Amino acid sequence: MKLTKEELEILYILEENHRLSTGVIAKQTQLSEEKVEEIIKKLEENKVIVSYPAIIDWSKVEGQENVIAMIEVNVTPKRGVGFDEVAERIYRFPEVSSVYLMSGAFDLSVTVEGKSLKEVATFVSEKLSTIDSVVSTRTHFILKKYKHDGVIIEGKENKDRRMVVSP
Amino acid sequence: MIDVNQFLSKTAAELPPSGIRKFFDVAAQMENVISLGVGEPDFITPWSIRDETIASIEEGYTSYTANPGLLELRQEISNYLKNRFNIEYDPKNQIIVTIGASQALDLAFRAILNPGEEVLIIEPAFVSYPALVTLAGGKPVQVGTKAENGFKVTPEQIEEALTPNTKAILICSPNNPTGTFLNKDDLTKIAEVAIKHNLVVITDEIYAELTYDEDYVSMASLPGMYERTITINGFSKAFAMTGWRLGYVAAPEALIQAMLKIHQYTTMCAPHMLQHGAIEALRNGKDQVEEMQRSYRRRRNYIVSSLNEIGLECHTPGGAFYVFPSIKNTGLTSQEFAEQLLKKERVAVVPGNAFGESGEGYIRCSYATSMEQLQEAIIRIDRFLKSLNVKQEQVAIEK
Ligand SMILES: Cc1ncc(COP(=O)(O)O)c(C=O)c1O
Repeated sequence: MKLTKEELEILYILEENHRLSTGVIAKQTQLSEEKVEEIIKKLEENKVIVSYPAIIDWSKVEGQENVIAMIEVNVTPKRGVGFDEVAERIYRFPEVSSVYLMSGAFDLSVTVEGKSLKEVATFVSEKLSTIDSVVSTRTHFILKKYKHDGVIIEGKENKDRRMVVSP
Repeated sequence: MIDVNQFLSKTAAELPPSGIRKFFDVAAQMENVISLGVGEPDFITPWSIRDETIASIEEGYTSYTANPGLLELRQEISNYLKNRFNIEYDPKNQIIVTIGASQALDLAFRAILNPGEEVLIIEPAFVSYPALVTLAGGKPVQVGTKAENGFKVTPEQIEEALTPNTKAILICSPNNPTGTFLNKDDLTKIAEVAIKHNLVVITDEIYAELTYDEDYVSMASLPGMYERTITINGFSKAFAMTGWRLGYVAAPEALIQAMLKIHQYTTMCAPHMLQHGAIEALRNGKDQVEEMQRSYRRRRNYIVSSLNEIGLECHTPGGAFYVFPSIKNTGLTSQEFAEQLLKKERVAVVPGNAFGESGEGYIRCSYATSMEQLQEAIIRIDRFLKSLNVKQEQVAIEK
C-alpha cells in the first residue's frame, strides 16, 4: 500500500505517542482536524494501524508480576498450508502474546505470558508440545526487561540535564 | 582593601553582560518551570557517536592532534560540505576543527579585522556576535530587521549601514532567535551588495540541518562568493552535540592559514577523542539527524499554530528551533512580559531585546522540548494572556 507524505507523517507521530489528540496532530502536520481523522480512520480500516497498546511495566505492580517465556519451536510444516496452520493453532491461546516465523535454527518464536513459572511450564508441556506438528520446544524465561518495542523501560537518560535558559 | 577592579582591562570591564544571563539566574532558582528558553536540542547525542568516542578513549587516543584537527575528520567535513552544499574545501589547508562554532567565529573576526573596522550584524542576532567583534578589535554595527520582512535584511538596509570602514557582514540562517531562513534569492541579494562593496561574508550555518521547508543553500556556493566567504558550522545543533564543543571553519586557504596561526597559539587543537565521535557523526549520523529534523518540524508547526491561536502573532520560521512571536499587543516590554510570565505561570522565555534592540516587542520561544511540555506551556501562556487582558479592561473601567 502506497501512502502519501501526510499519511506517513501521521504514522510516525502515532507510533511515538498515540495519545495526542487529533487537534494537536492537525497542528503538527498543518492539516485540518477532519483530514487527520479521515487519514487515521483509513489507516485503521486497512490494518496499517493494527492496535494502540500501552507498554506497561507489570513488574512494578504488586500482585501483578508476571512470567514471560520466549520459546523456540520446531515444527513439521504441512503440505499446502506450510507453517500458517500450526501458527494459528498456537496464537489462538490467550497465554500466547506473540508468534513469529523465523529463519535459522528453529521455526516459530513464541512468547508466552503467565502468572507463575508453573503456569507457563504447564502450558508448554500440556498445550504447546502436544500439538501434532510440534517436534520440539526450548523455553527461555525472561529475567528482566530493559527495552521493549523501542522503548527503554528505565533509562538513565530520561532526565533533562540542560540549563533552563541558554543562548 | 585593594579595589581589584583596577586590574581589569578597559575592554573586559566595558563588555556588556549577556541579556540572557540575568534571566537564567532567576529561572534557575524556581521550581516547576517549563522552559522555552533553552537554546540547544532536547535530544541526547546519538549513541553510536558516544560509543565511538568511548572506544577511542579506551584505545588511548588521548594526545594532541594536528592543529587543524584530525585529517580524517577534516576529510569527512570536506565530503559533507561538498555533498550537502556543493562547496569544495581542501581538507589539507582549508578547514579547521574548532571548539564549537563559537571559536570558529572568534577566529574569523580576529583573522580579518583591523582595529576599528566594522562588521554588519543583522539583528535580532545570537548574543555573542557583537562581543566577539569587539574583542577582536572591530566595531559591531547593528542592522535591525523587521517582522513584516520576515526578519530578513534588505539590500537597502545594508547599503545604508555601510561606511568606509565596513569590512564584513555576518549572516546566520536559519537564525537564532527568529528562526528566519534565507533562501537562494535572499542570499543572492546580500551577495550582490557584498561583491559591489568588496565585503567579506561570514556565514554562520550552525542550524543548516534544521531547515524545514526549503533546500539549504550555502553562501559560498553562489557565484563570485567563494573567495570572500568564511563558512562556519559545527556539530552542536544538527547532531545534538552542544556539550562537546566541536565546530569548524572553512574558507579560502590564505584566510584559514591566518586563522590557524591564532588557533595554534590559543587552543592548540580540539579534543582528540571527541573528534572521533565527530567522524562517526558525519559518517553514520544522517538518519538520526533526519529523525530529529522531523520531530522539530512537527513541534514548530504545533507551536506556531498554537501561539497564533492564543493571540501571540508569529510568522512560521523556516528553520532552527525558535519562534519569535510579537508581544506588542500586550502593552508590555519584552522584559516585563518575560518576567511576569515566569513569575505568574512559571514559563521561561527569553526577552527579544536580549538579541538586539530590534528584538524589543518580541520573545524567543524555543520548541526544543517535549510535546507534553509544549502543550502545557501553551495552556499557561494562554492563561497569562487572559489575565493581562482582564487587568487591562479593569484599568480602563477604573479610569
Ligand atoms: C547562531 C548560533 N551560532 C553559534 C552558536 C554556538 O554554537 P557552538 O555550540 O558550536 O559553539 C549558537 C549556539 O546557540 C548559535 O545559536
